[in-house]
Amino acid sequence: MLGTAIVVFREIIEAALIIAIVLSASRGIAARGRWVASGIVLGLAGAGLVAAFAGVIDSAFSGNGQALLNASILLAAVGMLGWHNVWMSSHGRSLAAEVREVGEAVQSGRRPLTALMVITLVAVMREGSEVVLFLWAFATGGENAMSMLAGGLAGLVAGASVGALMYQGLLRIPLRHFFTVTGWLVLLIAAGLAAQAAGFLDQAGLLPALGNGLWDTSRVLDQGSLAGRMLHVLVGYTARPSGLQLLFYVSTLALILGLMQWADRRHRDGRPANP
Amino acid sequence: MYPAVYATARTARMLQRAYKLRARLPLLLLPVWVASAVWSGSAQADAPTRELSIRGRGFSPAELNLPAGVQVQLLIHNEDDLPAEFESYDLSREVVVPAHGQVKVYLGPLDPGRYRFFNDFYPSAEGWVVVAAAGK
Repeated sequence: MLGTAIVVFREIIEAALIIAIVLSASRGIAARGRWVASGIVLGLAGAGLVAAFAGVIDSAFSGNGQALLNASILLAAVGMLGWHNVWMSSHGRSLAAEVREVGEAVQSGRRPLTALMVITLVAVMREGSEVVLFLWAFATGGENAMSMLAGGLAGLVAGASVGALMYQGLLRIPLRHFFTVTGWLVLLIAAGLAAQAAGFLDQAGLLPALGNGLWDTSRVLDQGSLAGRMLHVLVGYTARPSGLQLLFYVSTLALILGLMQWADRRHRDGRPANP
Repeated sequence: MYPAVYATARTARMLQRAYKLRARLPLLLLPVWVASAVWSGSAQADAPTRELSIRGRGFSPAELNLPAGVQVQLLIHNEDDLPAEFESYDLSREVVVPAHGQVKVYLGPLDPGRYRFFNDFYPSAEGWVVVAAAGK
């Protein structure tokens, strides 16, 4: 049971951290809860589908189906996180002001709600499909189903609790700095996911690694440890990155930051000079 | 004739716009770089093949000897009734291997050294990719 709990916890915590950050980064945007919730539901459905068709996916694209699927959904998430941040860089300031004045859920207009849903969907689907595969196989494999279920549930609750703690902690950041902090968190998550996608593209033999193991910090911080895993999600920590991963990481950072600055400048130009 | 002239005028306008975007040129070139890399990457389809089996949740062989500086295609067979996940932080590889399934993973080109991998669904089962220095 403990083994099951640990495996499930390790998968859930990755999705939970991303959802916690997305939820805080979208603070003040009306109806965000509904969109994130539907992302979770769709993600669970997607996880079930991916697990059920694991064999088919594996044999697709001459055996590279799984890596290509992972790379594409990761890159889709990167695009959505980037869109969210670009949108926030022109609306974040007024959003912070509105949240300060009237509390939560006030903003209207063209909001990146689809982005929130897709990010949640991707996070849940990716980690969820592994949990489903893992639990389902062991349950049908004749292991003690009740103990499995209990372990899975314990892992789920523990993982979700870490996400909730993260969310509560983030909400304590003063509003003046709030969206700056969440913006950076989203940016780093996006860069980290892009680096993961690079790993999958290289795994499928589509892109060259451009050097394996530029450096090795596994002695300082083991990527398999809890801290290592959390940092892997939050900032894309990789103990032994390839050149391609570094390239994807840095390009994603530069591209999203550039677009954010561009959106911010355009937003300011379009308004009267007085603040 | 007309469409050609039209196209030329449009090209000129696009070029003008592109000139204004020259500051962002490095970013615009990224897709080109990616496309060329994909093209050259797909040319490595004749990479040598090695095999790895998963038996009783563990790996066989537990030490996989690979040549240095060459891309290798690794076929992983799962002989168990349970799914497994071949994962390696050292190699940035992560792939679910369904029960009685087979997956393909490209590795390298690798520098000499030892690279750990494990079964993420049963983390105590581990193995090593061992790359000896070239010429040995």
